[in-house]
Amino acid sequence: MSEQEAEGHQVAPAQEVGDFLRLRREQIAQRWADAALFRTVFTVSRDEAVEAGRAVVEALAAVAAAERLEDPEADGFNVVRDQLARTAASRSRAGSTNSQISTEVDALRPPVLELLVADLSARGEEHVRECTTALTVLMGTLRMVVLETLLTAGQELIERQRLQLLEVATPVIKLWEGIVAVPLIGTLDSARSQVVMETLLDSIVEQHARFAILDITGVPTVDSLVAQHLMKTVAAARLMGAECIVSGIRPAIAQTIVHLGIDLGTVMTRASLADALAYALRQQGADIVAHVPDGAGPR
Amino acid sequence: MQTAGGLSACLPITSDLDLVWVRQHVRQAAAQLGFGLVAQTKLVTAASELARNTLVHGGGGQMECAPVNRGGVRGLRLTFSDEGPGIADLDQALRDGYTSAEGLGMGLGGARRLVHEFDIDSSPGRGTTVTVASWVSAPPRPREER
Repeated sequence: MSEQEAEGHQVAPAQEVGDFLRLRREQIAQRWADAALFRTVFTVSRDEAVEAGRAVVEALAAVAAAERLEDPEADGFNVVRDQLARTAASRSRAGSTNSQISTEVDALRPPVLELLVADLSARGEEHVRECTTALTVLMGTLRMVVLETLLTAGQELIERQRLQLLEVATPVIKLWEGIVAVPLIGTLDSARSQVVMETLLDSIVEQHARFAILDITGVPTVDSLVAQHLMKTVAAARLMGAECIVSGIRPAIAQTIVHLGIDLGTVMTRASLADALAYALRQQGADIVAHVPDGAGPR
Repeated sequence: MQTAGGLSACLPITSDLDLVWVRQHVRQAAAQLGFGLVAQTKLVTAASELARNTLVHGGGGQMECAPVNRGGVRGLRLTFSDEGPGIADLDQALRDGYTSAEGLGMGLGGARRLVHEFDIDSSPGRGTTVTVASWVSAPPRPREER
């Protein structure tokens, strides 16, 4: 050691930090087991927390040995990326924000720094500073790796929810014997309209429906593509022997469709879902009359 | 990318999702300027048609949105530009029912009827720029009857 000093530290700080991490693996893992990040996730036994901490220290040691302190893509991290992702996700589910998790990762740094400084106490001030800087950079990279896993998880969640929305947003409701309705909501992009058409046609068969009502009250914009999707759906339903009624056309939408020059003449339309249902019922021979109790006049 | 808040914005049009942004921005900007519900819906629908043209025919591009003021009447100007193949025959493209893709062929002509001012600049290989404007109240200039 003192020889090296005299020769002006031949060992690079990154290497030295790597050696230190490997050597002190157990002590660091023990200390980390008490840190919030590990303690709160590995609640069953402390050994698990120590185990997890040890894996992270080993990964950091490998990254340091490869002298890739600032590279979140360093091979060393790959071993623990899954584990870190699960840990962070668990904290996230428990209600921690990304910045709180980031702070918790940062809290792993001081105990390690403390050990490092103690280990290097015999060395020159300059050397200690180089090594602590290297370790700080490395811990910062670890923080980035954890945050990246959180962001990736967020994107995956959004993608999953998008797909779920596709399914959820198109329920086919049976209004009456032989009458089904689809309340359309939001943007009718081609993927959504495809799902609408499929579920509607399926339910026409299932429910033996003679009438299918497409309610567009919840569709903010009807442009030529949306109109085309509607017309296609209506035509397909007609081929299956069901009469399709488009309802929920608001005044602004009606005027826009006229200006746009779209001819919806072939499509049966009604202003509201109630009108459409009344029409379908009448066509089936059912009629809705107000029930007047004895003694009470009509309201 | 800037949406809502400021009326001026430049939005990219590169995917179906961007069309949603375009519609929302135009709707919010129009509402903020005081457009009535029908006028809002018309302008948003026109924007939707033009943005989809930019995406489908132009291979993607952008929309610039800017508030304008003429003689004290407030309005909104939207510029859709792409660097796609361009349009060889503008008259044909504007004719109802003409379509090069699978649409209804009402997009360009329909959009023109939905706004107060409509201007298209395109030639093969130079891309296409469509500029439209609508005003909060009756347009200051007599509108061309179509």
